Amino acid sequence: MSSFWNIWVWVLTLGSLVGCFLLLRWCLNDHTGVEEGESMGHSFDGIEELNNPLPKWWSTFFLLTIIWAFGYLALYGLGNWGGLLGWKSSNQGILNLAESKAKTAASLTEGSNFLVQYDREVAAADAKYGPIFDAYAARSIEDLATDEKALKVGQRLFIQNCSQCHGSDARGTTGFPNLTDNDWLYGGSPEVIKETIMHGRIASGMMAWEGALGGEQGVKEVAAYVISLSGRSVDPVLAKAGKGKFALCAGCHGSEGQGSLALGLPMGAPNLSDNIWLYGGSKRVIEESIRYGRAGVMPPWKDILGEEKVHLISAYVYSLSQD
Amino acid sequence: MTTSNTSAVDYNFDVVRQFTVMTVIWGIVGTLVGVLIAGQLIWPALNFDTPWLTYSRLRPLHTNAVIFAFGTSALFASSYYIVQRTCQTRLFGGKLAAFTFWGWQAVIVAAVITLPLGYTSTKEYAELEWPIDILIAVVWICYAIVFFGTLIKRKVSHIYVANWFFGAFILVIAVLHIGNSMAIPISAMKSYSIYSGAIDAMMQWWYGHNAVGFLLTAGFLGMMYYFVPKQAERPVYSYRLSIVHFWALISLYIWAGPHHLHYTALPDWVQTVGMTMSIVLFLPSWGGMINGIMTLSGAWHKLRTDPILRFLIVSLSFYGMSTFEGPMMAIKSVNALSHYTDWTIGHVHSGALGWVAMISIGAMYHLIPVLFNQGRMFSIRLINVHFWLHTSGVVLYIVAMWISGVMQGLMWRAVNSDGTLTYSFVESLTASYPFYFMRFIGGILVVAGFILMAYNMFKTIYAKDGSLKPIEAE
Repeated sequence: MSSFWNIWVWVLTLGSLVGCFLLLRWCLNDHTGVEEGESMGHSFDGIEELNNPLPKWWSTFFLLTIIWAFGYLALYGLGNWGGLLGWKSSNQGILNLAESKAKTAASLTEGSNFLVQYDREVAAADAKYGPIFDAYAARSIEDLATDEKALKVGQRLFIQNCSQCHGSDARGTTGFPNLTDNDWLYGGSPEVIKETIMHGRIASGMMAWEGALGGEQGVKEVAAYVISLSGRSVDPVLAKAGKGKFALCAGCHGSEGQGSLALGLPMGAPNLSDNIWLYGGSKRVIEESIRYGRAGVMPPWKDILGEEKVHLISAYVYSLSQD
Repeated sequence: MTTSNTSAVDYNFDVVRQFTVMTVIWGIVGTLVGVLIAGQLIWPALNFDTPWLTYSRLRPLHTNAVIFAFGTSALFASSYYIVQRTCQTRLFGGKLAAFTFWGWQAVIVAAVITLPLGYTSTKEYAELEWPIDILIAVVWICYAIVFFGTLIKRKVSHIYVANWFFGAFILVIAVLHIGNSMAIPISAMKSYSIYSGAIDAMMQWWYGHNAVGFLLTAGFLGMMYYFVPKQAERPVYSYRLSIVHFWALISLYIWAGPHHLHYTALPDWVQTVGMTMSIVLFLPSWGGMINGIMTLSGAWHKLRTDPILRFLIVSLSFYGMSTFEGPMMAIKSVNALSHYTDWTIGHVHSGALGWVAMISIGAMYHLIPVLFNQGRMFSIRLINVHFWLHTSGVVLYIVAMWISGVMQGLMWRAVNSDGTLTYSFVESLTASYPFYFMRFIGGILVVAGFILMAYNMFKTIYAKDGSLKPIEAE
């Protein structure tokens, strides 16, 4: 903030408070020229006003709040001035994650992080709960997946952070995979699950195919063929034409539509032959997927939760498909 | 009520009558939509699977109907009435007053159509899209011309305190509305705000909180300053108190907006100033309540027999309660618990149903017989029934929201011994259902009261001229 606006803020803020104080002081004394408790002498549609003094408790409290206001502003700051306490709710000026991490680390070593309420609360929580998660992180995911207590903690973390997309029961919803059915896009081993959560996934390969397939007719043909892959009956003429065009899709989905995982490829292209559908299996939705493409995103959780908590969530997710 | 039409001045009561009747009609509509969306929170199927009836579209319709249709019609009616009677002169501007009525009703009808269709600027309490915003600005400026024109040609030397409040409310609402609604239109019904990021948020709550401060507080204090002394037939308690609390109220309220943005990207010092001013605002707010309630000194016995006075005085108690609650909720650490919970909803409704609605209902019951040449309302007993229906509805509503709000706040921050959150969001929602039901019942009582009021009003309007004689006080 430039010094002009800083002065502007100071003058208006303090001016308003001082103005209230002067107003109160002026009205505490009787300047009306009318005896106290008597009518002011004017009548508005029959309504008169009495010249009663301000209630003492009221004016005292009002005065106290004004004094308090000056004290509070002095402690917590105004405009460019940070106040006597130097308190901040968070590191507000910071614009990216790297800067934020550097700042938090610096204030921790300087011991001044108590000035920033958010950092202080996070540091206190880390100090208190960190060891619990460190202990869990030292054990393997397979081991944790058999530990009921660890799974309970993992489940709570899952419900707070993952259920918004994958559902409270982890069975997913349209566009968000079911995590309990052993049908994996990127792999279901403990290591891959953890990698997925840590770094996130971006399924950007499914582009809009309408143009490349030669328009709406091409979309219909490929859709018919895709539907036939899971054994449903379709128009054989359409499906036959679609089969020819499916070569374009085979690069990711495999020549039999068996999905990228079966090919050992990392792009997360779903298996199209198992009748499990990420975006829906109706003819209309499949055509829509082909026509417009799909772009699922799983955000990376490493910086939000830290590796220890991701480790526990991985154990919980892994356990869901280990019956 | 003895003063009706004895004056020699040829007042323009047509526009007052129109706004008075519409106040009651919009009161029913606004609260009815409120009850429907309260029901949807318990039984989501009540949106009947149509986009037009979803909660997200009806909620702004409810708030717009209550604030701008019901509340503002009541303000138009009472300010036009009061400014004429306390200035002893006819409304300025001739047909302009009639234009403000039809223009304002057009705004409301436009809101009733466009909000369910999904047209929204997404700014809370300012959802209406830019063509309607322009109409609002035009009508409002005409309102200002009529009001201030009447003040200028007044026949009395002083300006009565009620008119200070109305004047402040009209001026500031014009500034707020035009300032916050500045937008770049990209099509007939879509525009984008010219502000972005934290500045947009600050503009929005500068507007939002002062819609509360100037429309729902200052405006209705103007109403209070006429109808309480009039109905109680007592002089206003303290002229000096009215001076301090008027100037302090309007100079402090305008700062309070940032308390809606605690712990956000808004700069810390702005949050600090917002909290500071909100707390200093507490006593000036109470000044109005003290002046209203103390006006009754020497006439307390009237509360026993006069349900209209009861509406007015109980509204002041709710006003006092919510203007104490407001500064408290503006404290950062209290806000950290209360924000985003139903506590806020409870607070708003103790202001809206307790203060704004009750003072308006009382004022309308006073006005209707005067405007339609009767000595009293058709049925005083029905006013009394309305009073108890409304009061119990409001109390049920507020208590339900207090409990569920504090419960939600505590559930959201509860942690286990390992630091993980104890409850998922859905669990806090499930725990709120009994209170949602309690709120729903409260809402039904309020609507029932409004329907009784409409019946009573039409019976009074259609009664033979002058056939309803005032009941002599014992």
